[in-house]
Amino acid sequence: MTVGRSVPRHEDARLLRGRGRFADDVNRTGQAYVRIVRSPVAHARIDGVDTAEAAAMPGVVAVVTGADVADVPPIPVRLPNPDHPLDAHLQPVLAYGEVRYVGEPIAAVVAEDPYLAEDAAELVELDLTELDAVLDAEDGVCAATLTDGFGDVDAAFAGAAHVVEAVVEVGRHAAVPLEPRGLVAAYDADRDRMEVWGASKVPNFNRGVLAGMLGMAPERVRLYAMDGGGGFGARGEFYPEDFLVPWLARRLGRPVKWTEDRAEALVALNHSRQQRHRVAAAFDDGGTLLGLRDEIWHDNGAYARTHGLTVPDLTVAMLPGPYRLPAYGCRLHMALTHKTPCGTYRAPGRYEGTFAREQLFDVAADRLGIDPVELRRRNLLTPAEIPHTRPLNALGTSMVLDAGDYPKLLDAAVARTDGWRAEAERLRADGMRAGVGLAVFLEKSGLGPYETADVVVDASGAVRVHSGGTSLGQGIETVLAQIAAERLTVPDDRIEVVNGDTDLQPYGLGSWASRSTVVGGGAVVRAADAVVDKARRTAALLLEADPADLELADGRFTVKGSPDAAVTLGEAAAARMPGGPGMGPDEEPGLAARRVFTVDHMTYPYGVHVALVAIDPGTGAVRVPRYLVAYEVGRAVNPKLVEGQLVGGAAQGLGGALYEEFRYDEAGQPLATTFMDYLMPTASETVPYVETLVTEDAPSPDNPLGTKGAGEGGITAAGAVLASAVRAALGLRGTVGRLPLTPSRVAELMDGAGPSASDLGGHNGGDAPPRPEGGPAHEDG
Amino acid sequence: MTGDDPLTDPHQVSVRVNGTPHELTVESRRTLADMLRHDLGYTGTHLGCEHGICGACTVLVDGEPARACLMFGVQADGREVRTVEGLADGEELSDLQRAFSERHGLQCGFCTPGFLMLAEAFLAENPDPSEDEIRDVVSANLCRCTGYQGICEAIADTAAARRAGGAP
Repeated sequence: MTVGRSVPRHEDARLLRGRGRFADDVNRTGQAYVRIVRSPVAHARIDGVDTAEAAAMPGVVAVVTGADVADVPPIPVRLPNPDHPLDAHLQPVLAYGEVRYVGEPIAAVVAEDPYLAEDAAELVELDLTELDAVLDAEDGVCAATLTDGFGDVDAAFAGAAHVVEAVVEVGRHAAVPLEPRGLVAAYDADRDRMEVWGASKVPNFNRGVLAGMLGMAPERVRLYAMDGGGGFGARGEFYPEDFLVPWLARRLGRPVKWTEDRAEALVALNHSRQQRHRVAAAFDDGGTLLGLRDEIWHDNGAYARTHGLTVPDLTVAMLPGPYRLPAYGCRLHMALTHKTPCGTYRAPGRYEGTFAREQLFDVAADRLGIDPVELRRRNLLTPAEIPHTRPLNALGTSMVLDAGDYPKLLDAAVARTDGWRAEAERLRADGMRAGVGLAVFLEKSGLGPYETADVVVDASGAVRVHSGGTSLGQGIETVLAQIAAERLTVPDDRIEVVNGDTDLQPYGLGSWASRSTVVGGGAVVRAADAVVDKARRTAALLLEADPADLELADGRFTVKGSPDAAVTLGEAAAARMPGGPGMGPDEEPGLAARRVFTVDHMTYPYGVHVALVAIDPGTGAVRVPRYLVAYEVGRAVNPKLVEGQLVGGAAQGLGGALYEEFRYDEAGQPLATTFMDYLMPTASETVPYVETLVTEDAPSPDNPLGTKGAGEGGITAAGAVLASAVRAALGLRGTVGRLPLTPSRVAELMDGAGPSASDLGGHNGGDAPPRPEGGPAHEDG
Repeated sequence: MTGDDPLTDPHQVSVRVNGTPHELTVESRRTLADMLRHDLGYTGTHLGCEHGICGACTVLVDGEPARACLMFGVQADGREVRTVEGLADGEELSDLQRAFSERHGLQCGFCTPGFLMLAEAFLAENPDPSEDEIRDVVSANLCRCTGYQGICEAIADTAAARRAGGAP
């Protein structure tokens, strides 16, 4: 049995030796180098782009501008919603006429050497007339308004004994994977074949988009995913460079390479998270949740990128979380501003919504005089109510909360952190402000509609899996190998997983939305089982036995009762060579199968985060000495990798909760353009030891392994739980107002300048909360 | 832009990398990282920020950790550089590399070479570090995947094993 064991990662040996193959490690003979010229201002009319001086520089091969790609359509949405067309707001591959954020590509310079390309890019003269920059979502063009809900919300609030209202905001932050992007493209004109190295996440979708934009058939385009230096939602989407680099390679008739630098990455790669919620919850006297409503301003930056409405959609669908909710009304305004466009970042919509909802629960608990854990327990859906169909739509799928015992996990998390309140007392005795916070959340994973896998056995018995996923650090090569190994009854180290090659696996949908183990794993199960069936027929021929009498163990078929005569999978593969003795009439040669696994619904894992914080009363700096992630995963294929996802996710989420923010000045200039200003946590800021409590109590009924995705549960409630703990430590009556809780923000809250009083809704108040004044006001100018 | 431009003046560089001598000509402005990666093929040295914060490009220059993005190739002239490719003994991973795998101290692996080189220099200088000292040195570099837990544990394990087995 390999599924369920923490086998060593297949990825490790090459990565530890420095032999990973990342995009910038790829080179093609004769390649030229691209440098992108980006907008230095947030909003301007482009009156002219003078390329003459740059083009005349020795070593420069070409300079192109928006005029050269004026007939190229903008980048389409990957998951379009027919009710909300975003065609008017899509990003062009090079700005033409107008620029809308600092960092927007305006021109591209190609040179013989990357240093020369950078020199020449500085010689491109931009004639720009600056225009007013919109920096607050409430002032921006609304690209789409989503409304969803159920029940009679007005009646629920009108009849409620207690209404709790708040305005809360999440600051703009992002995935920021450590490897910047990179691409190498080569075009073979004689064969009309385009090859691109450096794909990630969704290679087949991007192949289709690229082919469409280049006017080529998708089959003429081959993308290769590389080792990806972190993805987290941002890497691997189709960005302007994903068109420009291959297009330049074809136009120039030579390979072209582009490697992003960090300054570019911080303004070019999708940002995320920035939302303002005016959220309210209605409770009866006993603390039973009667209704929830929210009006959300979602700052999407300058364009609608490939994700389209994914983050808004998931924000609205997932806000109710794991609670029993009779009435829900939510409206989200997806607004455009003159900032870097936004997309998904690990736990999109859930990080934001969980923070907003759980802050309300904390405030309500204080108001009602009920322990915050007890208030949550009273309102969690019970096992008797699950599966629970929630009359909402998430990414085009109906929501069926598939399996779980939410109160059980809450109780387990509380028991595990039993001594933390006493520890907070001791910290307070030492002069710190200390508190314990708790947040519960619902996750979603395993988005379909399908995934595809090939399992191929060669005559030596070695196995290859052609997966539709990509390697982003999550350990997919190991996990899919374990799944195949279990079905084939061979050791997992005999199995090589080949990811993200669009010729080898043209039917894969990619690695995102915590779907690779759930949906990709399901496809591997089906393909491996089909291979076993084929091999069984062949072994039966060779052993002159009835296939039904054969047993498979340790990769060998034997006839029941006579263990000496055996046919291994490798021998079956050899016998299935053309003309081989193991072939039936009209059978396809070789021992391989391609299978698709489809799902109708997502599967919904859930969890609890608990944190203890200690705040320096002098500086407002928040330390997090203890942190627990409790998470129900259905079935852990590799427990160590699940824990790694949860621990790493918590650290990443702590960054957005306490430190990281893309702030802008009043002219729309980004203020975080280096790692000196964009403060990703180091080992000094992260939790020394994140505890994990991984349960396998409620396997998903929707896939053959019972798995639920584990990629996001470590981050989902990080903002919520740290806000809860800071709130407890400071003894706030209201919410913390906004994330991140930087030392200066926490110092303000300690001084009582926060939203403590102002955002507390009145008893039975029925109106939407007011726009914030002072206190939690946004800081975007 | 060649010839009399001080940025692009050619320089002869003689450098040993992981014990192998190399002779090459580089422009003054070419970084050590680019020289290692693109001129000499040591692509295990990664560039995450090119301004000295993330530490993914950490290599050892005469045994001392250095940000290869902040050094010019020409500054390595006459010196001994050690990169991640020099850690394993043939196909055999070093004890530190094995500990990173055992402790799940890497996920995407992009920052890993920098952490390995940082830890290698640190353990040479301080074979008996405290947990706080380990955390302090690990905070010199950035990792976005692991939360640093496995990295710290791997370094502690390696230190303990080396002490138990005698200093290497």
